[in-house]
Amino acid sequence: MTIFLRTLISGLNLGSIYALIALGYSMVYGIAKMLNFAHGDIIMIGAYTGIVAVMTMNFPPLIAILTSILVCSLLGMLIETLAYKPLRQAPSLSVLITAIGVSYLLQNLALLIFGSEQKAYPTLGAFPGFTVLGVKVDGMTVLTLTVTAVIMIGLTLFINLSRMGKAMRAVSEDRGAAELMGISVNRTILITFAIGSALAAVASTFYGMTYVYIKPTTGSMPGIKAFTAAVFGGIGSLPGAMLGGILLGLIEQFAKAYISTLWSDAIVFGVLVLVLIVRPSGLLGKKRAEKV
Amino acid sequence: MRRKSIKISKDLLTLALVAGLYTVLAFLLYRGSLSRQASNMLIPVSVYVVMAVSLNLVVGLLGELSLGHAGFMSVGLFSGCLVSIALAERLPDPVRIPLSMIVGGLVAAVFGFVVGLPALRLRGDYLAIVTLACCEIIKSMITNLKLTGGARGLNIGPAYRDARALLPYAVVLVLLTILVMMNLKKSKQGRAIMAIRDNRIAAESVGINVTYYKLAVFILAAFFAGAAGTLYGHCFANVKATSFDYNLSIEILVIVVLGGMGSIGGSVFAAILLRVLPEMLRGFQNARMLIYAVVLILVMLATGNPTLKAFFDRFRPARLKKKLSEAILARKAKADPPQEGGAA
Repeated sequence: MTIFLRTLISGLNLGSIYALIALGYSMVYGIAKMLNFAHGDIIMIGAYTGIVAVMTMNFPPLIAILTSILVCSLLGMLIETLAYKPLRQAPSLSVLITAIGVSYLLQNLALLIFGSEQKAYPTLGAFPGFTVLGVKVDGMTVLTLTVTAVIMIGLTLFINLSRMGKAMRAVSEDRGAAELMGISVNRTILITFAIGSALAAVASTFYGMTYVYIKPTTGSMPGIKAFTAAVFGGIGSLPGAMLGGILLGLIEQFAKAYISTLWSDAIVFGVLVLVLIVRPSGLLGKKRAEKV
Repeated sequence: MRRKSIKISKDLLTLALVAGLYTVLAFLLYRGSLSRQASNMLIPVSVYVVMAVSLNLVVGLLGELSLGHAGFMSVGLFSGCLVSIALAERLPDPVRIPLSMIVGGLVAAVFGFVVGLPALRLRGDYLAIVTLACCEIIKSMITNLKLTGGARGLNIGPAYRDARALLPYAVVLVLLTILVMMNLKKSKQGRAIMAIRDNRIAAESVGINVTYYKLAVFILAAFFAGAAGTLYGHCFANVKATSFDYNLSIEILVIVVLGGMGSIGGSVFAAILLRVLPEMLRGFQNARMLIYAVVLILVMLATGNPTLKAFFDRFRPARLKKKLSEAILARKAKADPPQEGGAA
């Protein structure tokens, strides 16, 4: 029972990180119709920004996190303006390859600046834990879960109620029609990138505090897993990305605890393949009818 | 009719160029005047050419995005090399290496069939993630099996051969891959596959068996990837499954897209360029991959952005030739004006 609870909690913790990253993937996919392969590397940049802010600049933790969010948002907007916006009319594969190029670029920039050896992410303060049913719950986990929940609720409200959110939904539904209604498509996509990258920065903070060591390739595996989570839930759907992220985290941790650490990745991807064969557009994805 | 003959000669030209290139390289290699670095790259570059041409079959001809090509290579490599190691003492090279390549190709083809099944139901990015997932599953399977040496990798040991011994097999494999792809593009089957790419529903409505062709493409591409993998394994002393992850699949996809979708010559030369260029930039160490990334982004921008594309198109030889022929036609038209009402 204690193992079960402990796994549940660590699964939720990992799942929240995946969900935060998957949200960025899914938002960008829904609105710009592109796979932003560089999204995982934004996490890595966010984590390095956090390290520099705390270690070199001696910023207090909260300011450090805000700096990281700011840097990532600006970076996301910069990438969108320089690399993706000129390719709006190009075939989707060219955009995908460009995103891969951006991913290589970010990784190698980090390699040049920070070197290949891993750096430790600073502890941003101690959070008191507590014990439930004989299982010690880490304060950090509580914080991660709370912040993720708040962000998810906030984002849902933003998408459903705000003017910008309405514009985003409109652009994702039909770009041409949205443009005719006077929505600036480029501005909407730019803001989507800013929000997605900000979420990646938040995820990078939690990732850094949970896994501590950061190196230039840190972003790629969580990035791929989050991409998987987004597809699992139905890419383009925000509730889907949240559900997919949390489920993926739970499956991974339970597979590690009960089956085998070595096989956990294979199990995660195996479940994904099975789910997609049964539901080809993901758990909560919209099924689009094909028109002839 | 004219257009068709031009297309055929383009692919034939690729074949002839590759054959010529191999003749020169073989001559240099066996005379011993090829540098160590260059001869060490011969087999890996050939393998990349086969990988790119076979992935082009899936991405360029069938129009499905696959991020799992490295998985087929890995399966082929480990199964083929295991056979090769087991038979190392019993069979001479000219029998054993082709045999192991066929075994590697067949095992990979079985996996191609299995991975191709979801392709019947999934489209676009969903298929991309499933192929990526399959590649990762294959990777962890091979890493965790005792038979394949586990995490420490497979010791090729007795099956290892140097470039001099492997070159003939590489030449045959590369030329065979190009020939098959060339003929497929011209054949009825190839046109059916391209019809599925352009409009699946329309293709289905004229009686093309989509299931059959989709699976056939995946199986064929996986076969070549597997055979190439077996060859690749023979030129290393030790191989680890972790080298064949999605990053390798992406690297091959980049070659295919840079070379041009469905273009055999494009795949071949992009593969050579993208494998040889990083080696030449070795002196720059860390900046090497940075340059590669920047070049990749710039090429995509230059070919994908309408304004930039129009700018670069001015310098293309084909465009210049067209302009020249237009000018000649215009002069001809001036010399003898067309007779009015002639068409009636």
